[in-house]
Amino acid sequence: MSKLLEMHGISKSFYGTQALKDVDIKIEPGEIQAVCGENGAGKSTLMNIMTGILQADSGKIVFEGQELTDLNPRTAQEKGISIVHQELSLCPEVSVAENIFMGRVPEKKRGMVNFKQMRQEAEKVLDRLNLEIDVKKPVGKLGISEQQMVEIAKALSINAKILILDEPTSSLTDTESQILFENLMRLKEEGIAIFFISHRLKEIFQVCDSYTVLRDGEHVGNGKIEDVDPDDIVRMMVGRELDQAYPDKGTEVGKNILKVENISRKNEFKNVSFEVNEKEIVGLFGLIGAGRSETMRTVFGINQPESGKIELLDEDITANNTRKNIDQGLIYITEDRKEQGLFLDMDLNANVVAADLEQVSENSLVKKKKVNKIGEKFVEIMNTKYASLDQPVRSLSGGNQQKVLLAKWLAVEPRVLILDEPTRGIDVGAKFEIHSTLRELSNNGHGVMFISSELPEILGLSDRILVMHQGELVGELDAEGATEEDIMMYASGRKNDFKN
Amino acid sequence: MKILKNIKDSLGKELGALTGLVLLGIIMTLATPYFLTLTNLMNILRQSSLIAIAAAGMTFVIITGGIDLSVGSVLSLSSCLTAGMMVSLGWNVWVAVLLGLLIGALLGILNGVLITRIPLPPFISTLGMMGVARGLSFVYTDGAPIYGLPDSFKYLGAGMIGPIPFPAILMAIIYLISYFLLNKTKVGRYSYAVGGNEEAAILSGIDTKKYKTIVYALTGLFAALSGMILAGRLDAATSVAGDGFELDVIAAVVIGGTSLSGGRGKIIGSLIGALIMGVVRNGLNLLLVSSHWQRVILGLIILLAVTVDVVRKQSSEDQDGTLSAFFAGLKS
Repeated sequence: MSKLLEMHGISKSFYGTQALKDVDIKIEPGEIQAVCGENGAGKSTLMNIMTGILQADSGKIVFEGQELTDLNPRTAQEKGISIVHQELSLCPEVSVAENIFMGRVPEKKRGMVNFKQMRQEAEKVLDRLNLEIDVKKPVGKLGISEQQMVEIAKALSINAKILILDEPTSSLTDTESQILFENLMRLKEEGIAIFFISHRLKEIFQVCDSYTVLRDGEHVGNGKIEDVDPDDIVRMMVGRELDQAYPDKGTEVGKNILKVENISRKNEFKNVSFEVNEKEIVGLFGLIGAGRSETMRTVFGINQPESGKIELLDEDITANNTRKNIDQGLIYITEDRKEQGLFLDMDLNANVVAADLEQVSENSLVKKKKVNKIGEKFVEIMNTKYASLDQPVRSLSGGNQQKVLLAKWLAVEPRVLILDEPTRGIDVGAKFEIHSTLRELSNNGHGVMFISSELPEILGLSDRILVMHQGELVGELDAEGATEEDIMMYASGRKNDFKN
Repeated sequence: MKILKNIKDSLGKELGALTGLVLLGIIMTLATPYFLTLTNLMNILRQSSLIAIAAAGMTFVIITGGIDLSVGSVLSLSSCLTAGMMVSLGWNVWVAVLLGLLIGALLGILNGVLITRIPLPPFISTLGMMGVARGLSFVYTDGAPIYGLPDSFKYLGAGMIGPIPFPAILMAIIYLISYFLLNKTKVGRYSYAVGGNEEAAILSGIDTKKYKTIVYALTGLFAALSGMILAGRLDAATSVAGDGFELDVIAAVVIGGTSLSGGRGKIIGSLIGALIMGVVRNGLNLLLVSSHWQRVILGLIILLAVTVDVVRKQSSEDQDGTLSAFFAGLKS
């Protein structure tokens, strides 16, 4: 069968960092191909080049036997290359039909929108996906999964021949994902080629025919999905054997530092109890909506529990606000470091000392010298790569940003660190460094607790694992000997140790 | 039935503002016998038309997520230049008016170019334009008003058709055109897209620069028209005309329920917003409230209107429910 699209020797660099190096990828009509790789492996960059959002530095794109030059989003659309981005790109106040035909609304006369035709065509596209949605409704009034389908409908409405789905299931429930997959099979029958980007190997093995794996911007493998098993793919993605990917586990458990007893908040979580001890790392797992972040935000004092008790070193801190908790040595590092944790346009130093200006001040005035000293010290501890301490944090890589965020909190000398998704969006190398740092902190007597949605990380880094499901703590496991299946049994609500 | 439904839909979001307008009308009627007379109501329409016309353009700009601080200065510069063409140069009224409107539109286009091509934030770009246009107006007139405008020009601001002031008719025409533009054409529909999610609009292949420039041009054009009406009514064009006008215009749009963060708003709301401001000013004048207190009260009304809007939005998508209940009640 002839290839629909072939890309040869694609390279791209940003500000001196090589994002893609000589990458090849191709697809046939009716083929569903998984594009695998860790965060930062170059998947998004490759897809952005394919859809004309970015231009490659070198390489060749051949579509239906014709070489494409000067591809931009518009010409890519005209050719039938369509992408559904991970973050939904819809206008919430605008109707479903108008969203589907955004940028291409049918016209009556010059400039006048033909609403009737637009609605009919929108309904036709939604029909192909077996969907019944009122096309006059503003998109913002739909549920997330319906919005996702509208995105796909939008992509299809341009007579797509190639459909790129970037993490399409990340915000969908299992049932919703299955509906999506049925739709993908329908599109496959129509001869549409699909690039499927997902971190969920199970899904890849369920829907895909073939795969391409990228690592650090390079093509490391491709082939038919039936010739490999999930472990092979992971090995290609990570580039080393799995068991080497995490630092050594803790050896002994110290005394109790943090004790949470039966805390509840209406509609968020109920009767959650756990402990964090010196010299151990506790991992908290749960699916989206399990109430993990909500629980941790309450422990940290952003919200107060409606009932229950929180103790830090035998002292009652239930009613503490965040400032008091920080002063007493309990800190929480948020999931979204860009939005909540760092001042991206301020320099390294300023970020490191931001949480505690007291220690760099004299008579309420901030002393530049003290700032530099502390900044230097902690950035060094964290082994952060930087050009100068005056460098804005925005210019650092994701991994180094995360390290600056850690350094900022280490500067206040915490007893317990709670981290929400500490390695999300960070490349493999930096991930390992952050894991090692956390282990080191734990060995030095800090209590460390982290939330993660990645099972391998939960298993690899934790000494003890807690699992939440629908606002309740349902399981507690020793990481030694636990498997992904064990954890999923709890996380999906099929097993509950605490229910009597 | 379909017309009824259309009216229901378009009034839906403005119900809050409309209720406010009716309530204010009732209060003023009870407070002073001079309020509810034909002459006074027509007066309100004449006075409100200035803000209302400029607010129609501003609604587009704010829906795209922008702002235009230069409308007051554009009003002044274009009306002074138009007056100059007629009085000093003795040009035909039609030619002068058309050129004056064109100048307004060009100043708007310039705003649009600065905002989309450099790109400058709309606040900064139009703040600069506010200074430049106002300054040029002073330079041109040397600070002195231009008197002796032709009668046919004065008709724009002072004329009557039957009992109805001519500016009120212009206002109605502008709102019909704006309603059509905003709801039926690409310019309007894409304005919502740009303001709602600009990234998505760009990725969908919408030429956001073009559409943004168009809405600033429209605002400049409408501001210039307001300038003509004002000069016609006062029988003078002055460089101080429309000082602080931009804030009244933005207030009218905001009172009308258009969101300053973009992507959300209705044209009818801005008309109601302008009328609310007109009714309040007129009523307070009739009640002999000092202009100092009028400022306080108008400020409070802006705060109240936006608070109501924010609370309504927070109590979520529930507005649909209450509205359909309201209309169900009307039908039975």
